[in-house]
Amino acid sequence: MAYEFTKEDLQEIETIKAKYPEVMPATLPTLWVAQRRFGHVEPEVQRLVAETLGLPEAHVHGVANFYTQYYKEKKGKHVLDVCTCLSCQLCGGYEILHHLEEKLGIKAGETTEDGTFTLNQVECLGACGYAPMLQVTNDKYVNHLTKEKADELVEKLKSGEELEYEQIKMPQHKNI
Amino acid sequence: MSTVDWKNYTPVLLPDIKDLHKIDVYTKNGGYKALKSVLTDKKKWEGPKAVVEEVKKANIRGRGGAGFNAGLKWSFMPPADGGPRYLACNGDESEPGTFKDRKIFEYNPHVFIEGALIAAYAMEITTIYVYIRGEYKTYIDMMEKAISDAYDKGYIGKNILGSKFSVDFYVHSGAGAYICGEETSMLESLEGKRGYPRVKPPFPAQKGLWGRPTTINNIETLSHVTGVINNGAEWFSSIGAPTHPGPVLYGISGHVNNPGVYELPSGVPVLDLIEVAGGMRNGKKLKAVIPGGSSTPVLRADQLDGITMDSDSLRTVGSMLGTAGMVVMDEDTDMVDVLWRIAHFYHHESCGQCTPCREGTGWLEKILLKIKNGDGEVRDLDLLLDLTTQMEGRTICALADAAAWPVRFTINRFRDEFEARCIKKAHAVA
Ligand SMILES: Cc1cc2nc3c(=O)[nH]c(=O)nc-3n(C[C@H](O)[C@H](O)[C@H](O)COP(=O)(O)O)c2cc1C
Ligand code: SF4
Ligand code: FES
Repeated sequence: MAYEFTKEDLQEIETIKAKYPEVMPATLPTLWVAQRRFGHVEPEVQRLVAETLGLPEAHVHGVANFYTQYYKEKKGKHVLDVCTCLSCQLCGGYEILHHLEEKLGIKAGETTEDGTFTLNQVECLGACGYAPMLQVTNDKYVNHLTKEKADELVEKLKSGEELEYEQIKMPQHKNI
Repeated sequence: MSTVDWKNYTPVLLPDIKDLHKIDVYTKNGGYKALKSVLTDKKKWEGPKAVVEEVKKANIRGRGGAGFNAGLKWSFMPPADGGPRYLACNGDESEPGTFKDRKIFEYNPHVFIEGALIAAYAMEITTIYVYIRGEYKTYIDMMEKAISDAYDKGYIGKNILGSKFSVDFYVHSGAGAYICGEETSMLESLEGKRGYPRVKPPFPAQKGLWGRPTTINNIETLSHVTGVINNGAEWFSSIGAPTHPGPVLYGISGHVNNPGVYELPSGVPVLDLIEVAGGMRNGKKLKAVIPGGSSTPVLRADQLDGITMDSDSLRTVGSMLGTAGMVVMDEDTDMVDVLWRIAHFYHHESCGQCTPCREGTGWLEKILLKIKNGDGEVRDLDLLLDLTTQMEGRTICALADAAAWPVRFTINRFRDEFEARCIKKAHAVA
C-alpha cells in the first residue's frame, strides 16, 4: 500500500517547519505525525517522510532507528510498555511484566496472534514514585499497578474503552 | 552546623493552588509580574546584565544534575551580534528515580514559561525551545496549551508587554532516548538528528544550536528564576543549605509509604525526608538510599546520620545531590539485582560513540548478570572495579561516568553481599 499524508497532516508539517530555521529539525516531529497517522514508521513511511521534507532517506532512517518510541515495524493495536527500571523493579515491576506475559500468552517483545497487544519491557518512564507502572501505546500512563489493575486494563482496552488520564496529586497538598 | 527550618516551609514553585496551570489563575496569583518588572521597570533593572547579576547572586544551582550556578552559566554567552541566539530548556527527565519536572508541566507551567522568558531577556535570546521527552505526551500537550495561552496574552511574541523585547517559544518532543538529556545530545536531537553527544569544546554558549550561542537549563532551574526576580536573590539564597540554596523538588520513590514529589528547602536531613514520605513501608528497616537519581552513589543506612540533602553534606559521605530523585530501599532489597538493573539501563542507553562506554557498559551488565545468576567469582568484583576506572573521564559525555559510579560504590559499600553471592558458587562447585 502506498502511504500518503492527508491535507491536514501536510498543513501540520508546514506549521512544524516554521518553528525552525532549517528543514532537518522537522524530522522528529514529522515522524511523530506519520506514526500517529499510520500507526508505525516502516521503511515505506520513512521514505514518505523523507520525500515530504526533501531530506535524504538515509537521514530519516537513521533518526527513526535511533529513537525507541518510533515503531519501525507494525505493532499490536495496543502497546503495553512496562517499566522494570530501578524504582519499578523495587516495587514489583517484574511481577507485573510476568503476570502480563502469562495473561496475554506472549513474552516481552512479542505481539499476540490476534494483533491486539504488544508487550514490552522499557526503561524509566519518569513515574518512579507511582511504581510499578506502564505506558499504553506512547500515550497514557497507568500507575500504581497491581495484578488486578493490570487485568482490568487489558479488559478495558479489549472492549475499546478510552483510558482516562490518571492525575496524581501532590502528597503535601489538599487542592492539587 | 545550622539546621534547615523545613517544617515551616510553604511551597512556592508548586503552591497548593487549584487550577494554577490556567493562565488567568496564574496571573491572579501574581503571575507574569516578574517578567513585567524586568521588561518595563528600568529603574530597578538597568538592562539584561542586571538580571544576569541578580540570578548569579541567588546561586540557583542547576537542578538537572550537575549543580552549576545558573547565572554564572548565563554570563558565558558572548555579546549579542544581531544574529539568532537560543535557550534550550531541558525537560528530557530520564534519569531513573527522577520525576519532578513533569509536576511543573502539570501544575505550574507558567512559572517555568515566565522564568524561561526572563532568562531569554537576560541573555538577549531570540528563540526558546523546550525539549520534552516523547513519553510525556500528556505533558507535551499541556505545555503546548500553556505556551499558546501565553502567546495570546502577549507574554510571548513580538514586543512583549510593549517593550522592544521579542522572543518565540516552541515545544520539541523527544522520541525515546535517555541520552538526549545530555545537553549536546539534546541539541543534536533538536536539530533533527540522532542524539550523539558533541565533543566539547566548543561549548554551547559559543556554538550551540545551528552553530549559534545557546544556553541549556533544566526546567526546575528556570522555574526558580521567576521567584528570584519577584523576591530577590537574598530571599532565594537564604532558603535551605547556604552553599546549595533554594527550594528543591524532591522526588521520592521506592519502599516508602507515600512516594511522590515534595517541595522543601535544600538541606533536609535524608532520614527526615523518608519520614516526610510516610516512612518505611510495612514497618521494614531502611537498608540503603540512592540520593539523587541512579547515577549518584548509593549510601548505606548507617552512613546517613546527620546527612542532609545538599551537595556539601552528601559529599562528606561520598555521594551527590544529582537530580534530588531519592530512591529508598528496605532491608529485603537485593543489591546485586539492583546494581545489575542499573547497569542494564546504562548499557541500553549508551549511544555507542565511544569505545570505553559502549564496551564498558556492556561488560558491566554481563558480569553483573553472571553474578546475579549465581555464576560469579570474587575476582569478578575486582574486574568490575577495574572496568569502572577504565571508563571514567575517557569519553565524549558523562554517561560513562554515570554508569561507572553506581558499580564502584555499590560494590564497595555492599562488598559482603556481593562476595556472598560469588562464594556460594565456589562452595557449590567444590
Ligand atoms: C547522560 C546524561 C543525561 C542527562 N539527562 C538530563 C535530563 O534528563 N534533564 C536535565 O535537565 N539534565 C540532564 N543532564 C544534564 C545536562 O547535560 C545539563 O547539565 C543540564 O540540563 C543543564 O541544566 P542545569 O544547569 O539547569 O541543571 C544529563 C547529563 C548527562 C551526562
Ligand atoms: S560516553 Fe557513552 S553515551 Fe556519551 S557519547 Fe560516549 S558512547 Fe555516547
Ligand atoms: S523506574 Fe519506572 S518510572 Fe522510573
